[in-house]
Amino acid sequence: MKIHEYQAKELFKKYKIPIPAGGAAFSVEEARKVAAGLGGWPVVVKAQIHAGGRGKGGGVKLARSADEVNTVAGQILGMTLVTHQTGPEGRMVRKVLVEQGLNIKKELYLSIIPDRASAKIVLMASEAGGMDIEEVAAKTPEKIIKVFVDPLLGLQGYHCRQLAFGLNLPPAAVKSFMPMIQNLYRLFVEYDCSLVEINPLVITAEEAVIALDAKVNLDDNALFRHKDVLEFRDLEEEDPLEVEASKFNLNYINLDGNVGNMVNGAGLAMATMDIIKLAGAEPANFLDVGGGASAEMVENGFRIILSDKNVKGILINIFGGILRCDTLARGVVEAATKTGIKVPVVVRMEGTNVEEGRRILAESGLNLITAADLKDAAQKVAQIVK
Amino acid sequence: MSIFVDKDTRVLVQGITGKEGQFHTRQCVAYGTRVVAGVTPGKAGQDMDGIPVFNTVADAVQKTGADCSLIFVPPAFAADAVMEAADAGIRLVVAITEGIPVLDMLKVKNYIEGKPVRLIGPNCPGIITPGEAKIGIMPASIHKPGGPIGVVSRSGTLTYEVVHQLTKQGIGQTTCIGIGGDPVNGTNFVDCLSAFEQDPATRGVVMVGEIGGNAEETAAEFIKTRMSKPVIGFIAGITAPPGRRMGHAGAIISGGSGTAQAKIEAMKAADIHVCENLGTLGELCQKVFK
Repeated sequence: MKIHEYQAKELFKKYKIPIPAGGAAFSVEEARKVAAGLGGWPVVVKAQIHAGGRGKGGGVKLARSADEVNTVAGQILGMTLVTHQTGPEGRMVRKVLVEQGLNIKKELYLSIIPDRASAKIVLMASEAGGMDIEEVAAKTPEKIIKVFVDPLLGLQGYHCRQLAFGLNLPPAAVKSFMPMIQNLYRLFVEYDCSLVEINPLVITAEEAVIALDAKVNLDDNALFRHKDVLEFRDLEEEDPLEVEASKFNLNYINLDGNVGNMVNGAGLAMATMDIIKLAGAEPANFLDVGGGASAEMVENGFRIILSDKNVKGILINIFGGILRCDTLARGVVEAATKTGIKVPVVVRMEGTNVEEGRRILAESGLNLITAADLKDAAQKVAQIVK
Repeated sequence: MSIFVDKDTRVLVQGITGKEGQFHTRQCVAYGTRVVAGVTPGKAGQDMDGIPVFNTVADAVQKTGADCSLIFVPPAFAADAVMEAADAGIRLVVAITEGIPVLDMLKVKNYIEGKPVRLIGPNCPGIITPGEAKIGIMPASIHKPGGPIGVVSRSGTLTYEVVHQLTKQGIGQTTCIGIGGDPVNGTNFVDCLSAFEQDPATRGVVMVGEIGGNAEETAAEFIKTRMSKPVIGFIAGITAPPGRRMGHAGAIISGGSGTAQAKIEAMKAADIHVCENLGTLGELCQKVFK
């Protein structure tokens, strides 16, 4: 789960990680109030969306007076912010974070992630802060310090020293950096984060270490033990069809093509999208109904695929294991009858109870096109949407 | 011959009295798997279809000599279950559970490091040696006993598709393993490839990968330098958009790494027979393995 910068900073505050004074605002008036309460100028007004590159896109602006806060907050709130992470359609800005401006002496990079290859927790830091870290990693990997932590042992003092001295911190900053990094690691572990990133982490003219930015991603699989952050989920930042799908435990991702598809299992779903493309068409979605889908889930999956107006044909590819073909067939018939589908549907079924499934589809009186195998199915559906 | 499991493997099921556990235990038993015990804390003394249930894995191992554990425990308790099995001296742990938190799996992975235990999964269909033992949730009927091909895959139903195509071509399997779709898992491609290389009954391998991570690249390097048997490779997710998790927690292209293209290139550079169209996998197998 992604959360906003201002929410990540609430977690930072809880863990005593220094952040600039500030607060979130949902209107120009609120922004002005927050700015007035900070007791000094300038302030920074930052668009809150679930994407990076906000500064370059015009979503982060400086204000030197109450009037300027009015102007820039007015510009940012309600704007459609386009960054390299939003895609060309951009994202509507509905809230801003208003923060005290700082005297920045140096910008650093700091992050914590679980590393799948080594099975360790990795802390990464760099003096090349404020920049796109993937670019730094690609061009000048020597500028990135990596520290690998055994999750059973946890973060040790020497790990912190490696980072602090590797970053060439001034002596006064080292003192405040050490507890900060300990707290950040604690936050990472205690909230089951999949990413904690501060870019930039700044050293001020007064040699204070402050998290100017904050990015926290949480492991969806661990949310069951972090009920307090569930309210951080922002449905407005998500695709409406994906939100709808998540209500029924369906794994759905909306894409640009016109061939809707429904598959059981993530790997087979990806492979089905690929074979649609190979047949000369474009997939409209990724939809994994899961291993143990019920007829009701299949029905809802169908409804969600059909609410994408680009869909001109549907391919259903089910390899019945736990999900039996007769269950699937009943769901398809139910959904097709209820929604009165107008687009052609190609069905490819194999596995457990396949005969029964085929019989249900054949006797349904619906106009379904059956396919002999995966290749046949992809070709048939591609032909339809051509 | 086969790898990791055969007709003598003595299986215990952790979570045997749950809905999933019961259903799949019965399927495994029906296939001929030797399920000797079940574990559900608090239910010792009961039985499931005559299979004795114990409170702890240690008890079950001591009383029944089980050497393999099949895990259906819910995600919140699954890491604990794997470590309990490892601690009780289980040789092979097959974790079916989907949705275990990543940090839990990091702990498990570091805990079992150096211990005499192999973990398959989690978030996987399990392992089957056709005609001998099915330890997992895969549909039994699609498999063909007798070899000579080994199958290793990160995905569940995609493995079924591959095995089905092999069987339709009349090509049997020695052992089929799903290593799971999570970012942190136990047994990896290289472990399986290395075992297939040493198994005299296996004459070739089909390896099924997907986007995310670099396990396929590491496997390609191993195949290039250490394997003599032919390998067919398939990668799912050519059309997957970057930054989106494609169902599996591990299937995500991040920061330009983990793309299908990079994996396919690595496989081609290692002289792996890359299958670019899943619809034609069976025919490619016929060509390469005959």
